[in-house]
Amino acid sequence: MSDWKKICALTDIPVLGSRVVKSEKHGDIAIFRNSSDEVFAVHDKCPHKGGPLSQGIVHGKQVTCPLHSWKIELDSGNAVAPDVGCTKSFAVKTEGGEVFLTI
Amino acid sequence: MRKLKLVMVGNGMAGVRTIEEILKIAPDMYDITVFGAEPHPNYNRILLSPVLAGEMTIQDIILNDLDWYKDNGINLQTGKKIVTIDRKKRKVIADDGTEAEYDRLLLATGSNPFILPIPGKDLPGVISYRDIADTDAMITTAATHKHAVVIGAGLLGLEAANGLAIRGMDVTIVHIGDWIMERQLDKMAGLMLQQALETKGMKFRLPAQTAELIAGESGRVAAVKFKDGETIPADLVVMAAGIRPNTELAEKAGLHCNRGIVVSDTLQTFDPRIYAVGECANHRGIAYGLVAPLFEQAKVCANHLAMFGIGRYQGSVTSTKLKVTGIDVFSAGDFSGGDGTEDIVLSDPGMGVYKRVVIKSDKIVGAVMYGDTVDGSWYFQMLKDAQDIHEIRDHLLFGKSNLGDAGHKGQNSAASLPDTAEVCGCNGVCKGVIVKSIKEKGLFTLEDVRKHTKASSSCGSCTGLVEQILASTIGGAYTPADSNSKAVCGCTDHSHGEVRAAIRDLHLLSIPAVMTAMDWKTPNGCASCRPALNYYLTSSWPHEAIDDPQSRFINERAHANIQKDGTYSVVPRMWGGLTTPNELRAIADAAEKYKVPTVKVTGGQRIDLLGVKKDDLPKMWDDLAKAGMVSGHAYGKSLRTVKTCVGAEHCRFGTQLSMEMGVKLEKMLFGMYSPHKVKLAVSGCPRNCAEAGIKDVGVIGVDSGYEIYVAGNGGIKTEVAEFFCKVKTDDEVMEYSGAFLQIYREEAYYLERTVHYVQRVGLDYVKAKVVEDAANRKALYERLLFTLQGYKDPWLERSASVGVAELKKPFEDLTV
Repeated sequence: MSDWKKICALTDIPVLGSRVVKSEKHGDIAIFRNSSDEVFAVHDKCPHKGGPLSQGIVHGKQVTCPLHSWKIELDSGNAVAPDVGCTKSFAVKTEGGEVFLTI
Repeated sequence: MRKLKLVMVGNGMAGVRTIEEILKIAPDMYDITVFGAEPHPNYNRILLSPVLAGEMTIQDIILNDLDWYKDNGINLQTGKKIVTIDRKKRKVIADDGTEAEYDRLLLATGSNPFILPIPGKDLPGVISYRDIADTDAMITTAATHKHAVVIGAGLLGLEAANGLAIRGMDVTIVHIGDWIMERQLDKMAGLMLQQALETKGMKFRLPAQTAELIAGESGRVAAVKFKDGETIPADLVVMAAGIRPNTELAEKAGLHCNRGIVVSDTLQTFDPRIYAVGECANHRGIAYGLVAPLFEQAKVCANHLAMFGIGRYQGSVTSTKLKVTGIDVFSAGDFSGGDGTEDIVLSDPGMGVYKRVVIKSDKIVGAVMYGDTVDGSWYFQMLKDAQDIHEIRDHLLFGKSNLGDAGHKGQNSAASLPDTAEVCGCNGVCKGVIVKSIKEKGLFTLEDVRKHTKASSSCGSCTGLVEQILASTIGGAYTPADSNSKAVCGCTDHSHGEVRAAIRDLHLLSIPAVMTAMDWKTPNGCASCRPALNYYLTSSWPHEAIDDPQSRFINERAHANIQKDGTYSVVPRMWGGLTTPNELRAIADAAEKYKVPTVKVTGGQRIDLLGVKKDDLPKMWDDLAKAGMVSGHAYGKSLRTVKTCVGAEHCRFGTQLSMEMGVKLEKMLFGMYSPHKVKLAVSGCPRNCAEAGIKDVGVIGVDSGYEIYVAGNGGIKTEVAEFFCKVKTDDEVMEYSGAFLQIYREEAYYLERTVHYVQRVGLDYVKAKVVEDAANRKALYERLLFTLQGYKDPWLERSASVGVAELKKPFEDLTV
């Protein structure tokens, strides 16, 4: 089960920013870092019109999609009400300044 | 710590809104008990009329269901009427003996209908129109009886009459005034409304005074007798002759009352432990009967009950909207006329349109509209903002949308639109969807409607229409926010103006510093406030404040324009719209090399390469840089292009070298960030082929120099630029244009185009600062040039071969 894959150093992701992980099997995965150095991973596709969430503005534990400003909860992948929708989230952790992802 | 006890008497909209506000800001401070005389949870009293008219059911208008009270730990006691307040022992006692102690008491007892003191007023079949029980009584009676008489032609009376007529009753409205709704409408609008209601089958008696209600054989009311002796049949009499604040309980407890429970600006009564909100309260001599002011009171009251102690209620200006399907009428402010006031009137009874705006000292003090009410919110907004209107006076009555609005076929009467009419052309939202959301989800503000339906949330050109739909659905409950005091976003209560001032006065240099200094409610803002703060910081303190790329929209971070599929578009700058074979060759080569699917000529006289993958951007910029090309900023809240015509270089009509002037302006302004996008144009003669009349700054060459026009806009809504000044030399064009753009950069709110900035502050003001005050103009111009000093081409900094590694990182993907 513990199939953790090392992705990058935490410092490779800007604070309140993101990086995109290319995966052949799962498509693009967006990895986010918030202001408390928490890291999140979700499918880089907004449930609304498929916008690349990785390109949005990160605030708290949410990201605002750059296309039509839907807000997505980074831990669950759920859209913030009143919008309804969900994008897949992935398990992610940081250890010793490195970021690991399991997919 | 022991929780404090908060008891609320009255379970209506104002009181429950206060509780909601308290729960938002101090959820753990109080144990809350609520007493309501009605057996229902809090419902939307405003929507009783649609229930009566059969458009909705009681279930639809419940705002807070029983679960809401349970989930928030509120002890709800319905069907119990508080009869005594023991202020010494600090407890309230209900009619069934139930007692509750309080540390703070909130009175929200609402109002009682005024019952005419005439013989027969207590007969069966005589009711008022206040609550669910009254509404039920009317619905039942309408099914079995024929004749209804409504006494009082105010808002409530007419809505009751409309509902009863729809339910098949023969309705007569009796009114003491010379025309209907005389407190909300002037005579002309009142007459037009009366005619419209008459065509719906209602009858009117006015001016008429009711003398007596006469009982029939069954003991039930059977007829209404007037002062002049005439009688008409009546199986149902609805008294809608006004309301009186319900102060019985407060007076009995010895609280100071005077046509309402007298409260201070913090909604506190003369007993400091007791507060009062809503229709029962008298604030500065006024007891409000509409919902919007009550919600403002609720917010302030909650702030004090939560012991924040900073809110202050200073009274409200109200507007009125009748909720009768298919009839548009609107009024706001004081339209009684009088000394020093002027009327601007547009009257076309044949078309069913009447508009009257009352003006005093160049400010709107009142407005009455019938038929075409789409600009009601606009007038109301200017009234509340006390905006000087002398510059727009000549076209004030034609409304905000008289010119160039697109996307909803120029519709201007919300209530008469069919449900299927498309209101928001951007998001494809029709009227029915908006009305349904407002009713079912209990929406009260434009923001709510935008969130839930997306209508008017994109380009905003249908905002006026959406506001009118909102107003006609919920009536007087709707109030537009003060544009000057509107909070930046949900993360703060501060307005754009306050934030700008604080950044300037406190010399704040970073977003966290602003958020700390101004008590931001969220840890790092949101996608609305962060870009605004970042702009205010970098424009107030150039070369000093920290520019935060993570607080810029993706286009300004990636220096390209994001497209619907997540690819980007690249637009190389072509100074003044000029290019060379060499540049065109480089663009063609790049388009082929990176397999660009679409190549398009833009409106700003350059070439757009659409569909570029993000990781190709640094490589493409590298190739373009080698051909000497730089970023076109086709993506930013920044200078876009300077469009030029051919001018005196080639054109046989040209009087000035417009291409050269355009190139000079564009080079000067390269890399200028601004509150919103900025477009310029230079034409070589008054034929104006560069379309300078719809640009933020438009320069038109004439034989003796240049005319400068400002604050035009060719987008969502066409706005013709206004004449600013005439100058002689190229250097003066640079200085005046630069100074105008700098004052806009320093004073406009984020996302405010030049046209909206100039409309807000007035063209006279801007002219005084830029045209007439030479020293100030030069200072502005110097500050602009200082800001732009040392701007580096963002493409070169991120290009594949010579770019900075850290800046290139966001363009590189990771793999697993």
